[in-house]
Amino acid sequence: MGLRVENLRVYYRTLRGYVRALEGATFSVADGEIMGLAGESGCGKTTLGHSLIYLKPPMTYIEGRVFLDGREVPIWDMKRMNEFRFRRISIIPQYAMNALNPTRKIGRMIAELLAAHNVDFNEILPELKRRLDLVQLSHDVLNMYPIELSGGMRQRVVMVISTLLNPSLLIADEITSALDVSTQKAVCEMIVEFRNRGFVRSTIFITHDISILYQIADTIAVMYAGQMAEKAPTEVILRSPRHPYTRMLIASLPRVGARYRQERLHGIPGAPPRLLDPPPGCRFRDRCPVAFERCQETPPFVEVEPGHFIACWREI
Amino acid sequence: MRAGIRHEFLYFALRNAKLRVGLSILLLFIVAALIGPLFARYDPNAYVGPPAHPPSPEYWFGTTTFGQDVYSQFAHGLRSTFVVGLIGGGIGTLLGILIGLVAGYRGGLLDEILNMFTNIVLILPTLAVLIIIAAYLTVRGILVESIFIGCTAWPWAARAIRAQTFSLRAREFVDLARMSGRSSLKIMLTEIAPNMMSYLFMTFILQFGGAILNAATLDFIGLGPTQGMSLGLMMNNAVLWAALQLGMWWWLIPPGAAITAIVGALYVMNVGLDEVFNPKLREL
Amino acid sequence: MGRYLGRKLLIYLLTFFFAVTIDWLIPRLMPGNPVDTMIARMALRADVAEVLRSYYIRAFQLDLPLWQQYLNFWIALFRGDLGVSTWLFPQPVIAVIYRAVPYDLLLLLPAILLSWIAGNQVGAMAARVRWLDNTILPLGYILTATPYMWLALLLAWALGHVAGLFPIAGAYSFNIRPHLSWLFIQDLLWHWFLPFTSLFLVMFGGWAIGMRNMIIYELEADYSRYLEALGAPQRLIRKYAFRNAMLPQITGLALQLGAIVAGALATEIVFAYPGTGYLILQAVQNQDYFLLQGCFLFIITGVLLANFIIDIIYALVDPRTRLGMTGE
Ligand SMILES: Nc1ncnc2c1ncn2[C@@H]1O[C@H](COP(=O)(O)OP(=O)(O)OP(=O)(O)O)[C@@H](O)[C@H]1O
Ligand code: SF4
Ligand SMILES: [Mg+2]
Repeated sequence: MGLRVENLRVYYRTLRGYVRALEGATFSVADGEIMGLAGESGCGKTTLGHSLIYLKPPMTYIEGRVFLDGREVPIWDMKRMNEFRFRRISIIPQYAMNALNPTRKIGRMIAELLAAHNVDFNEILPELKRRLDLVQLSHDVLNMYPIELSGGMRQRVVMVISTLLNPSLLIADEITSALDVSTQKAVCEMIVEFRNRGFVRSTIFITHDISILYQIADTIAVMYAGQMAEKAPTEVILRSPRHPYTRMLIASLPRVGARYRQERLHGIPGAPPRLLDPPPGCRFRDRCPVAFERCQETPPFVEVEPGHFIACWREI
Repeated sequence: MRAGIRHEFLYFALRNAKLRVGLSILLLFIVAALIGPLFARYDPNAYVGPPAHPPSPEYWFGTTTFGQDVYSQFAHGLRSTFVVGLIGGGIGTLLGILIGLVAGYRGGLLDEILNMFTNIVLILPTLAVLIIIAAYLTVRGILVESIFIGCTAWPWAARAIRAQTFSLRAREFVDLARMSGRSSLKIMLTEIAPNMMSYLFMTFILQFGGAILNAATLDFIGLGPTQGMSLGLMMNNAVLWAALQLGMWWWLIPPGAAITAIVGALYVMNVGLDEVFNPKLREL
Repeated sequence: MGRYLGRKLLIYLLTFFFAVTIDWLIPRLMPGNPVDTMIARMALRADVAEVLRSYYIRAFQLDLPLWQQYLNFWIALFRGDLGVSTWLFPQPVIAVIYRAVPYDLLLLLPAILLSWIAGNQVGAMAARVRWLDNTILPLGYILTATPYMWLALLLAWALGHVAGLFPIAGAYSFNIRPHLSWLFIQDLLWHWFLPFTSLFLVMFGGWAIGMRNMIIYELEADYSRYLEALGAPQRLIRKYAFRNAMLPQITGLALQLGAIVAGALATEIVFAYPGTGYLILQAVQNQDYFLLQGCFLFIITGVLLANFIIDIIYALVDPRTRLGMTGE
């Protein structure tokens, strides 16, 4: 059944007013689908990922609904969400390398976390060990402190922990950004392997490195300044993107397989609007070469072909 | 961009309650220290009135066991408190900046040595050292006291600034400056120090408060200025001449209350400034 | 861990060496001959002054070459010879200090430990209870800004003089001789209460604020956010945060010792409590320089020793240090 998000609107409350970081996102992720979520830095990827599991102030829920496997997920309720967290929705955070308590042995920490979810550590231990093998970690790590491991090892530990209870939805946030190319590849393969073995069903893989998505994602969603711009199967996005922003984004890639490090897109003049008081209508308007009057209104996110969604007045 | 940032700080600074409260109290006492002595009708050490007299229209804060005017002592003591804070805190901050910057920027052996030295002075109980120094000084003034206090108080600042410098040193703009062949001194003063301005300012505030407390304790032990008046000395005299046993609250309470208010205001201001400079801490 | 403690020990030894050198150097650095200055200030009868002068010259060994003076200073130190008190002539300084030590410990140990424990608990609570935060935080800032002696004076005046609940001077009533009995212990505690409370309160404020800020920082740390995202209960997250916030508080204890000791000295003076602080006041008033230098060395040694003990505890509590993963 997968994940279904409808018109999700999440802002940050600040002293200066609301930062409109996520403005009406609508999309689905099917069972077994790995959806890549791409876009420039600050476009709201992390906001979207976090709001599905961990919507904590200053993040503020405005409106929208989320369904997982047909059941509504009460993302606005920090308490009720505990029932979903870890068991059904899980996350590998952007800061995975520092995500473990430095003064607790890893095994003990896992046991305490599991106990809080009424899972017996000893019962799950054989499976835990199998998964450690899978990510090529020695069983000894359970008896170590995080500081005794390298950053990469810590990240793999976090990957195993996060998926230990076979969640329906896994959010992986920029897990490859801090890694060198060969490690990146290994991590991506693990994510695919987790899906193939059924450890996780749907995955949202957040990155601003589109070339990585080419290797692992089934579909790609592109965000711009807090709004969904386009979502389509990977091949389609890479070969024949239709949203003006996506087109420029793909065109500015040196070639498929190379990665771009720059935070800003060089190919597109101008900068994204401030999300504190963004202009009404399509937020790409100022930089869009084909903008016209209609763009003063916010374009809807419509399915132009099966599985291909676009928010652009020119394309619908 | 820089002007924008400065504007932003001002915007939050004016809206920060802690900063406003702290600053108001501090200003109140600064004004009191500046103009208070002008209203004092007597020499702080002269025997001018009836002994142990409670506050009255004639003697606003009462008189001591010997008939000295407590208000005059208080007003002059307040002045020396600010002098000690300013000079002692200033020297402490300057030494801290100097040692912290050099150690953090140069690194290597020099850093090892300076760091070792910092650790040694940090562990030494400051007051014990001050006691030994003060005891052997025949004539002690507020100025000398401040200088010694500043010279023993810098390690805190040096450690913090060293750590900051370390992290700044690795940043791009410092690399650029270094490649352009500018001297280390210039880079430290023009590239690194300005980027820690808020931090340095907060360090100064803490050193200011620390110097005041240190001076108060030193004076209270009887190693305060041999000439002049200070709030700590007032408390020292009050205890020595049985103000406690005689219940002369007007002599016991004002000096310490002023110190508490000033130092407390400084600390609260510091927390406020931290919130202003550090967006993460800004309360909603 | 061995390396860590070794490094610390080296710093302490250097510090001790440095302190002893200061202690030796300062009287000799001051303008004029220290003996003449001292004698002149004492305003004694001429014959007494002569006796004292010859004693001082011998004690300071001013007739020997400097290096020899310095060497002899160290030798005397290791023999436990800190000179003779002139105030309590002819008692050796070490004996005078020795008598004061129990009172220092009686006051300092409980005040430090209890305020540290209570401050940490209350600070941790304040981090999650709004009303507690709004009351404890301002109170804490006022308390840490209070000079120790002033709070002592305030308590002595209010609870001692005005309310008459507690005695305001001495460690026990002067009509009781120290001995082991209920009566004496009761009397001792009764005298102990006010100095203890004033020390406790000032320190408590500092620890509570420190803990509150540290724990808020820890609750924002990545590992806390990860646990929260995985639906761990607040209880577990706070437990971790508290344990981790404890570590800097232990370091803080070591770094604060100097200031705490200074506060204790001042408090003892207010209550005429017969510890080292009171000795220092007497030494200053009676121009007893040997006693003063002895107190100085005693304080330094005590603080360094306490620092080292805290370091050992820290190394035992913190796995990073235990495993030798941190430099400092
Ligand atoms: N705590 C916050 N308070 C206010 N605004 C925030 C906060 N966190 C994020 N934002 C704003 O929300 C927008 C989206 O941020 P988000 O972290 O989701 O971006 P992102 O796409 O994940 O970027 P990156 O690739 O850099 O991780 C940004 O414009 C950012 O400035
Ligand atoms: S809606 Fe208009 S401004 Fe936005 S991308 Fe399409 S054409 Fe450009
Ligand atoms: Mg992000």
